[in-house]
Amino acid sequence: MLTYILRRVLQAIPVFFGTTLLIYFMVFAMPGDPIAGLFGDKTPNPAVADALRAQYNLDQPFIMQYFLYMKDFFTGNLGVTFSGQSVNDVLVRAFPVTLKLVVMAVVLEFILSVATGLIAGLRKGKLFDNASLIFALVFSSVPVFVAMFLAQYFIGIKLGWAPVTAGVDTSWGAMLLPALVIALTIYVTGMRLMRGSVIESRQADYVRTAYAKGLTHRRIVPVHIARNSLIPVITNTAASFGALIAGTTVTEYIFNIPGIGKVLFDAITKSEVPTVVSFVTILTVIYVIVNILVDLLYAVLDPRIRYV
Amino acid sequence: MSDPKTEHFVAPIDDAVVEVDALKLDEQKSNLWLDAWRDLRRRPLFYAALGMVLLVTVMALWPTLFTDVPPNDDCQLSNSNSAATAGHPMGFTFQGCDVYARVVWGARTSLAVGILVVAITAVIGIPMGAIAGFFGGKVDSILSRIGDIFFSIPYFLAAVVVMSVLADMRSVWTIALAIGGFAWASLARILRAEVLQVKNSDYVMASEAVGRGRMSTLLRHVLPNSLTPVIVTLTISLGAAIVAEATLSFLGIGLGDTIMSWGNDISKAQTSIRTSPMALIWPSLVLTLTVLAFIVLGELIRDALDPKARARR
Repeated sequence: MLTYILRRVLQAIPVFFGTTLLIYFMVFAMPGDPIAGLFGDKTPNPAVADALRAQYNLDQPFIMQYFLYMKDFFTGNLGVTFSGQSVNDVLVRAFPVTLKLVVMAVVLEFILSVATGLIAGLRKGKLFDNASLIFALVFSSVPVFVAMFLAQYFIGIKLGWAPVTAGVDTSWGAMLLPALVIALTIYVTGMRLMRGSVIESRQADYVRTAYAKGLTHRRIVPVHIARNSLIPVITNTAASFGALIAGTTVTEYIFNIPGIGKVLFDAITKSEVPTVVSFVTILTVIYVIVNILVDLLYAVLDPRIRYV
Repeated sequence: MSDPKTEHFVAPIDDAVVEVDALKLDEQKSNLWLDAWRDLRRRPLFYAALGMVLLVTVMALWPTLFTDVPPNDDCQLSNSNSAATAGHPMGFTFQGCDVYARVVWGARTSLAVGILVVAITAVIGIPMGAIAGFFGGKVDSILSRIGDIFFSIPYFLAAVVVMSVLADMRSVWTIALAIGGFAWASLARILRAEVLQVKNSDYVMASEAVGRGRMSTLLRHVLPNSLTPVIVTLTISLGAAIVAEATLSFLGIGLGDTIMSWGNDISKAQTSIRTSPMALIWPSLVLTLTVLAFIVLGELIRDALDPKARARR
């Protein structure tokens, strides 16, 4: 196990440097000017533009820019946003909010996947099986921003069952609706994994044995069938955790949730390219780390992985 | 051997026709693709999805078949946010443009982005995955590590960076490059895994034994037999690319205001969601149905190409 962890972490090091370098290279190699966007239609004052370039190391050659950023990154100094706040402060403030939203979404997704997948698997080919698949597929094809608007309009505005926006109130209740919508748009994968492995477990020898020794259906379903079907669902949920942390921009904007995605959104709409780049880099690094943890979790849960 | 005629073969005394037992000449031809096609044709959902895809394609190619109303030039502010009237079945936008006309004309952008992204994904992803899987060793290590790097940046975030920097040159081409330039990595991974399995088949060994070159074996035998997951992934990613374009346009870093796109229209309609929700709901509905059609099509093809899944049903 230790060898596996070590190998997996070592593999991630080139990925870490590769991804950060690639993001920096894209900004550098592309024809646009990251500073020009800040001035909108006006012609930038050359002195101001030069000062900004110097502040973000944009006057340095490409590889120096990257090294300077990495140096700051590893010494825990993530830079300054255009409005002058330190990125560290913004992260400390915004990250817990995003984390809360994502945790809630992931828990709901897990419950939805396991519940519907289990019933669908037990009633293979019946009405519930087909209907639940179509329902989940329809939800998965609704673009997140459309789903968020519709939920906000019908449940928030028309029915008044949930707050229309979260704003400063980042309690669990205020973020329940967006979290539920996120869960609904992604649970199809988990549901199908659960359904597939329930169908497989039902024909497994240990389930036949359980029936043969006279256990009741009521005991076999949760203990023998459901529990043995959970591994792929858990790893899928963990994987979507990483993807969600990196992808809450639209949700947080529509529901006005002050998380990392909202910070990224504000930077995008104000064309603050260096801020966009630094938050995309941070989110990518988080994504890479979460994916390593998911792989390790997989190895813990399924011994076959460790020995491949 | 249940055929009584062939169970005990006795030389014919007269001119009786000899029955051949090994070949059933009247049986339908059967191979993976034919079976899949036969399976698909039996499923009503397939026709529904295909119908939607065809409808959007026709809309994209000949929008004037569906509407005579110009989507941009005929906007009257006096119509701002009006409800549906005769000839304008979906009402008007905030700017007083006909929603139906804009929905029809928006199909072209979405489909163009989708097809371009799929083309870019295929052109980069197929060689990367096939070569890595087939040649193995150092080549595999290098290509797979490059793929890992692209795979580790969520492609939406990558597209955000690209489109932010390319503020002055936003077009269907740049947005397709921004999405496809990163989306190929997952296709390469899927194809590599498939090639790894296929290359151990007997027919691949046979092809090399008779002296066919490596590259030629890859192109003639390995690749055609590894295409199933590629086709499925590309069909589904066409839908995903349409969503990505709409989302980027929605964030204001997609296509410029002058280009009609469902994402742009939804983004503009959000400000008046309380007074005229239909201007938001119509383009959203068409966008969702289009994406759903591509996803369902991909899922059905996956099912049809997998004999085990057919048996499970």
